[in-house]
Amino acid sequence: MTNEALQYVISDWFPEPEAVKLQFTQEGTQFLTVSIEADNLHELMWLLKHNKETCFDYLFCLTGVDWGKELGVVYHLESTVHRHIVVVKVNTTDRDTPCFDTVSDIWPTAEFHEREVYDFFGIQFHNHPNLKKLFLPEEWEGFPLRKDYADDVNMIVK
Amino acid sequence: METAILKSPFKSEEYFVNMGPQHPATHGVLRLLLTIDGEVIKKVEPDLGYIHRSIEKMCERDSYQQIIHLTDRLDYLSAHINNEAVCLAVENALELEVPERVKVIRTILDELTRIASHCLWWGVMGMDVGALTTYFYGFRDRELINDIFEETCGARLTMNYNVPGGLRHDIHPNFVKRVKDFVAHFKTKLPEYDRLLTGNIIFQKRTKGVGVLSKEDAIAYGASGPVGRGSGYSCDVRIHHPYSALHKVNFNEALQTAGDAFARYQVRIQEMWESLSIIEQLIDDIPEGAIQVATDAVIKLPKGEFYQKVETARGELGVFIISTGTKNPYRLKLRSPGLSNLSLLNHITVGSKIGDLVAAMATLDLVIPDIDR
Repeated sequence: MTNEALQYVISDWFPEPEAVKLQFTQEGTQFLTVSIEADNLHELMWLLKHNKETCFDYLFCLTGVDWGKELGVVYHLESTVHRHIVVVKVNTTDRDTPCFDTVSDIWPTAEFHEREVYDFFGIQFHNHPNLKKLFLPEEWEGFPLRKDYADDVNMIVK
Repeated sequence: METAILKSPFKSEEYFVNMGPQHPATHGVLRLLLTIDGEVIKKVEPDLGYIHRSIEKMCERDSYQQIIHLTDRLDYLSAHINNEAVCLAVENALELEVPERVKVIRTILDELTRIASHCLWWGVMGMDVGALTTYFYGFRDRELINDIFEETCGARLTMNYNVPGGLRHDIHPNFVKRVKDFVAHFKTKLPEYDRLLTGNIIFQKRTKGVGVLSKEDAIAYGASGPVGRGSGYSCDVRIHHPYSALHKVNFNEALQTAGDAFARYQVRIQEMWESLSIIEQLIDDIPEGAIQVATDAVIKLPKGEFYQKVETARGELGVFIISTGTKNPYRLKLRSPGLSNLSLLNHITVGSKIGDLVAAMATLDLVIPDIDR
């Protein structure tokens, strides 16, 4: 499916795009990028996987990003049936208790990748089956991949 | 007899066993926390991070040329392919078209890397299930590829032969001859692998029906590489998203449908034959021409997001660069095949014995630095 057709199908699911902050862009990226409000993330993801036309059954990359003011997660999805790719983005301005719905019930591979994001960005995932640190020790303080993380001993700042 | 066992006065009870981080079958510092009942596995929980170096954070401070050096240290058995992934991402972002000669040399070296990695895997796979001889056979043949790499790239493991825009320097004059010699040599040795291990009845009993993964689960758990293809899931990045000189060659995707450890084993053996075929198709006419297109000394990517996926010996490696237009990436994510493949270990081993866990894990072919980035 072309990016235009994908955009058409996805916008059909949300009759009020302003209410869920549904936005599409292809600027500065090779894939169609969809951003949505955190509350509607799970609904969109469920539809992307289970709708026959989109059928995004392969979550191949899950990235946590510190955008400066906002924290966010970027999901890269591919369909092994139709071989099209889409990128989903979700952001929050809450830096103290950032939380999104888990997608590990839709794609089991997300379980480990979400734990990694929890480790390094402190983003919680609601309904995650086993949300604990994956790489860092339990007692580690701070979230190393955030831009405001400081470690005077171990980090060389140029 | 059965009722006698059922009425046994002993109680069955679950307990923990610690496997690793220094266990020989985990091939590196991976610790598995096993919940077992007798010898039956109830749960496998990996404990990671023993060698985490936070390469993604280091990348945010480094220039694009420096980042390539860090990617060697991910999956060190696919070092050349990792380097290429970053180079391709940077070249695509800069809209740089590299010369045909570069593409062909990169693909030949990719496939040599794959054979070398599979040779090592084949050796340790045999060792994990109790066939020590394979280790020496595998290392003997891998050594010949390492010699080729040493002569052309200057290093045996961490090649750093790719630079954004091309190759660091031209291939060694002996390169073509040595590669051809190796292909001829390895074609006589691969059937030997089959005679020694594949047909061995003990080996087959240890691997057939062990660690079964269905195609649906392979996709859902994000399996890639031989792990996915052993379950009949067509996931070869070289076929679906070809890069470098792969559009010039014909090869078959190695696919098996059984989904067990033996199927994954067969996929890798088949892949070595396919890699030999790719090398043979390219080695005779490496195009003449430049080995580099000039880039700025300080590479600045345009503002935007760039994703590049390649097929390493272990599966799909993804490099995701978010650039704000400066000389460093704002965020660089490395999607490693190992982490996704490890995440399905619990799923395929629950209910089996500890010995089967070792056999199943050997066919996942985990490299720990690739998981602990």
